[in-house]
Amino acid sequence: MQATIEFLKLYWAPLLCGVAVVAILPLIAGYIVLVERKLMADMQARLGPMRVGPHGLLQPIADAVKLLIKEDIIPDNADKMVFWLAPVLSVGAALLSLAGLAIGPAFQIAQDINIGILFVVGISAMGIFGIVLGGWASNSHYSLMGALRSSAQLVSYETAAGMALVSALLFTGTLNIKSIVEVQSIEGIWFVMLAPVAFFTYLVASIAETNRAPFDLPEAESELVAGYMTEFSGFRWSLYFLAEYTNMIVVASVATTLFLGGWLRPFASVHGLPGFHLLNFLDLVPTLLLVAIAAYCIVRTPKQPTRVQQMFMLAVAGLCFVVGLVLLAPVVVPIAKPFYAGIHGGFWFILKVSLYIYFFMWLRFTIPRYRFDQLMRLGWHFLIPLSIINVLLVGVALIAGSYFNLHGWGLLLVTTPAAIITLVAALMILAAEKQRDAGHDPNAASDFYAG
Amino acid sequence: MLDKALFYFFAAVAVASAVLMVTRRNVVHGAIFLITALLATAGIFLQLRAEFLFIVQIILYVGGIMVLFVFVIMLVNLDVALQQIQFARQKWVALLVALALAGQVGLMFWSSGKMPGQGLPVLTAAAASSLPPNSETVAHSLFESYLLPFEIASVLLLVAMIGAVVMAKKRM
Repeated sequence: MQATIEFLKLYWAPLLCGVAVVAILPLIAGYIVLVERKLMADMQARLGPMRVGPHGLLQPIADAVKLLIKEDIIPDNADKMVFWLAPVLSVGAALLSLAGLAIGPAFQIAQDINIGILFVVGISAMGIFGIVLGGWASNSHYSLMGALRSSAQLVSYETAAGMALVSALLFTGTLNIKSIVEVQSIEGIWFVMLAPVAFFTYLVASIAETNRAPFDLPEAESELVAGYMTEFSGFRWSLYFLAEYTNMIVVASVATTLFLGGWLRPFASVHGLPGFHLLNFLDLVPTLLLVAIAAYCIVRTPKQPTRVQQMFMLAVAGLCFVVGLVLLAPVVVPIAKPFYAGIHGGFWFILKVSLYIYFFMWLRFTIPRYRFDQLMRLGWHFLIPLSIINVLLVGVALIAGSYFNLHGWGLLLVTTPAAIITLVAALMILAAEKQRDAGHDPNAASDFYAG
Repeated sequence: MLDKALFYFFAAVAVASAVLMVTRRNVVHGAIFLITALLATAGIFLQLRAEFLFIVQIILYVGGIMVLFVFVIMLVNLDVALQQIQFARQKWVALLVALALAGQVGLMFWSSGKMPGQGLPVLTAAAASSLPPNSETVAHSLFESYLLPFEIASVLLLVAMIGAVVMAKKRM
């Protein structure tokens, strides 16, 4: 009996979780797209999708059905096998890397991998083959150009992102994802405070790695139609799309785990300690947030044009209310106390990931697209030197910290000077760049794969 | 049982894709099979509980070197390249070397039972929990036992990197 349970726990539980993730993720990605479209509409003073469901809430499902029944076109001169393989590779790598992520202390598909963060980063980096091979297999110049740009961009920014990860990992001394969050819990400080420069570097590099605007050169529609996706249609195209949005979730989760304290509540280290009871209102924040959303939905209900839409709005309100109650239970009901970390951990993790993705979207509609040589120069001439200097200085700061026996917030005494020196170095790099550019016309810079 | 099945699966995939990589005429297909072979080898590393080597194999070889390979291959016009003189004309030398290698491996297998202390050492499997974490083991042996060779190797790589930059600069 014991052996059977052990066997089920080892092999079937992760399998079932994996199937569940693969089944739910397209829906999540669809709703991220909806939020993105709504946000874009809001920033451009439009309404965005409004037709399907109240406020377009069912739009992702309509889109999915449309993509599924679209004609699947394979160009005559395409390399059929590779054309078939490429989108699968892209989406497979992105979904596989999700397995290593921990959403809460209890939710992790591949439990306690020793190489945790490296697994996530390394596997998700393999998705680039989907892009490169897809661009090559379509046998079209636009696709090939997009694929080349994309691979050049990914390889360049992987270095900067890796260096940023190294500077954060110096604080933890472990690669295990759960231990990384636990170290932040013990130290009582998130690594974004200790390594702000690394966080900034990772932020920029992760935007470039997920091919998002302002670095979405591989899909620059004004130059390359749709880049590597030009020849793909219907379901294959949607696989690429799914991979892109899954990758966004992956980089946001990695940043959350490493820099933003994972599933920890703000001020989690003083949770329940005397003298800090005023901060305990943070336990109620999840419930309050969801109840506020529910109340907003109810207020908006009478304005819906049809009866079905009104019902739908009420259903959304009810769902939010129920989830809010579930989140309230571990705080109020004594029996549910043991589930506090699991339930609230999931909430905080998802909230942080959502805010990170929201920031991506915000940037996309605010900053115009870079030119390809500008992108390459930003990566190689600025971010990579900056991140290398940062690793060096964070290491020095840590040695100084262990010499003075500093912990937690005390570490700020040594890491802040390190960050300031890094910033000075960054300004010097920028000044040197400007001086170099003064010699010749920046627009005549090397037109490397410029389209 | 499961372990054995997984090992034979990975080994079969590695060997088959290595053979396919050499025999394909299309270079990109060859590259894909090389990637498959590297991934299968990574799987075998993982089975040996060398998870750090597994991920390094994937990040460095698959994610780094192979991307650059594919990058270069795609820039070459395949139709033109096929009509040019091929440099792969060392068929007989290759056969000789392969035979010598096969003989060496065969000798090792053959001698493992015959001579004590020679050939393949027979090891018993350790429990997974008794093994130290692989990344720590690698770090300790690199930075404690083999610090000097490690530094020499990194200087060598640095020299190669600078050399590549200098050569590329001259052409520009």
